Amino acid sequence: MQRNKNTIFDDNNENKMYILSVIVENKPGVLFRITNLFRSRNFNIESITVGITEKPDLSRMTITTVSDVKTLEQLVKQLQKLIDVIQINVLNKENAVYRELALIKMNAKDPTTRIEIANFASIYRGNIMDISNETITVEIIGTPDKIDAFKNLVSSYGIIQVARTGVSALPRGAVNDDL
Amino acid sequence: MSEMSGAAALMAALEREKVDYIFGLPGGANLPIYDALVDSKIRHILVRHEQSAAHMADGYARIKRKAGVCFATSGPGATNLVTGIATAYADSSPIIAVTGQVALPMIGKDAFQETDIIGVTNPITKYAFQPRVSSEIPEMVKKSFYIAESGRPGPVLLDIPKDVQQQVKKMEFPEYIKVRGYNPIVDADLSEINKACEMILKAEKPMIMAGGGVILSGAFSELQTLAELLSIPVVTTFKGKGSFPENHPLALGPIGMHGHAEANKMVLEADCILAIGARFSDRTVGRFDEFGKDINVIHFDVDPAEIGKNKSVNAAVIGDVKSSLRSLIKLIPKNFRTNEEISKLWLGRKRELFNYYEDSIKDYSREITAKKALRKLREILPADGIVTTEVGQCQMWASLHFDVISPGTFFSSTGLGTMGFGFPASIGAKAARNDVPVVDIAGDGSFSMTENSLAVSVLEELPVIVFLLNNQMLGMVAQWQRTFYNRRYSGVHQHNCPDYCKLAESYGAQAHRVGSMDELEKALKGAVKSNIATVIDIPIDPDEDVYPFVAPGTGLKDMIIGA
Repeated sequence: MQRNKNTIFDDNNENKMYILSVIVENKPGVLFRITNLFRSRNFNIESITVGITEKPDLSRMTITTVSDVKTLEQLVKQLQKLIDVIQINVLNKENAVYRELALIKMNAKDPTTRIEIANFASIYRGNIMDISNETITVEIIGTPDKIDAFKNLVSSYGIIQVARTGVSALPRGAVNDDL
Repeated sequence: MSEMSGAAALMAALEREKVDYIFGLPGGANLPIYDALVDSKIRHILVRHEQSAAHMADGYARIKRKAGVCFATSGPGATNLVTGIATAYADSSPIIAVTGQVALPMIGKDAFQETDIIGVTNPITKYAFQPRVSSEIPEMVKKSFYIAESGRPGPVLLDIPKDVQQQVKKMEFPEYIKVRGYNPIVDADLSEINKACEMILKAEKPMIMAGGGVILSGAFSELQTLAELLSIPVVTTFKGKGSFPENHPLALGPIGMHGHAEANKMVLEADCILAIGARFSDRTVGRFDEFGKDINVIHFDVDPAEIGKNKSVNAAVIGDVKSSLRSLIKLIPKNFRTNEEISKLWLGRKRELFNYYEDSIKDYSREITAKKALRKLREILPADGIVTTEVGQCQMWASLHFDVISPGTFFSSTGLGTMGFGFPASIGAKAARNDVPVVDIAGDGSFSMTENSLAVSVLEELPVIVFLLNNQMLGMVAQWQRTFYNRRYSGVHQHNCPDYCKLAESYGAQAHRVGSMDELEKALKGAVKSNIATVIDIPIDPDEDVYPFVAPGTGLKDMIIGA
């Protein structure tokens, strides 16, 4: 178990969003163990993404959670106890790049609506992924805040379906882990 | 490298780990393993219920300080282990549970006797393995023992599909293994030990609170050296009972819900608490927010996640407590005895409180009470005799009235509080150390849950003494109903059923029902020497309560000493 040198714990005890970048063994049952830990210890998960890393036997899980510092510290320690967890980085807005992708399908029965939505999408650097006589589907990539803002903006047209990937993140700058 | 089946590889790997006992029960999905057992040198103890197999492995582990092994088949066999695994997990006891599983092609088909036991036990195991190819078994066994026994110990599950047990492969038995994500900290950070040392030396009334971690790491002599070097008193948690000789002048005994009254009082008078291998459980400290408030609390523990979990601390020393205590002892100046004056004050205070409570906590006016009976047991049982308990009033009376003299000779289901634990666990303890008498301090409620282990004790010649404090009640529940529910008794009467003497005799065990202290003494003296399991049925007053009592949700300062 590695001791976290780059963990950022500040002193105030208010709830904040934290991004945990967790390197785990790439084998069956690991995701279950981690989500079960969150449930049994009463921690909350805002989003979770999993994918393989540059090394095929390792996966990176990016977990976003909203908690106070004390709960976060306990969460990190409990995660570190799991045998399949190799390394944990606690990231935040300052020390990481982080992105989420969302697909948003909206009502767009008349042509002006379609044009308006297409304009908004281009302002948000989104892409139109699908268009039909009744609907339009937009892809937005950015921070969760940006996706929320776009959703608010277009909500008056009637959102039919939303699919969000959850946050993916990497620390900024040089890498100094020994995996 | 030789070719063998997965089952044979399992037995060979267990032999390499120097396993001498396996507690278990066969079934459809572990038949290949039981077939391989025929050719093995390891002694198998056939249980009558898998829960008892897990408790026996647990009791064995706690005395041998080495992982205990239990076997069960798939489905109901495996789920019957669950309570035993949870008990071991709550008390950080290393056991290896080997379960049979339906064959790989049947997994997920809701096959006969199929249960996802890895899923079921996930929150109560340190780790779990399921080999997909038989050649993975030797390495998985080695890793299971390493994970179960190192760091903060705990149960590991090895779930082996039946076809993998049968599959013949070339086997390699590794000498060394590495588990990438698991590197338990052994040697603590010296700067933290220095910081802790300064706090202790500066304190005016420091006190040691020793927990189960001292027993798990076998740091008995280190703890005693430290206490004597500093001449400071030692309280224990209930799990830490017996980590320090309870007849030592510096010993105050366990604190907590049913802690010793003087210990509960005096721990609140300390200005610095050195918690060693303890986790500040609610049963020990009462209220997290009140305990150790405004004083320095120093925490030694092997598990980083315990630091700050229940209690914020002022210094934290993470590592094996035996190693940490050794380093700490080296830092204490050779002739550090400035605390001797304080020690005298402490000892005076201890005597004063002890006498006060001895007078004010009433004993019942019967020929035999739990208190008198347990003091008699202490008198007769040799100091190195091993004692375990069931759960409930009998357990708390044991904590209060039975002094552990030789460190590491006492254990109980302290974390999970599993009724039915003590008796099978005492059989496991006897397997680990058959040269000393082993006693299960029992109540009738708990004993009836696993009493069928009498068959095991008799047939396998692992004789233990069941010291049965029989009030014909689920006594602790009855006490709470008396105290908090206005004597509205609900579901607590066991009546005089069964007749425990006849029951014991039907299994071929010895039995005595005692009506006086003389009869008790005679029965105990016989039982200690006997090579047959003995049940001593001791009728006590159903109204006898356990005091002192710290009610749930209140602090140690709110201790009640009588009704």
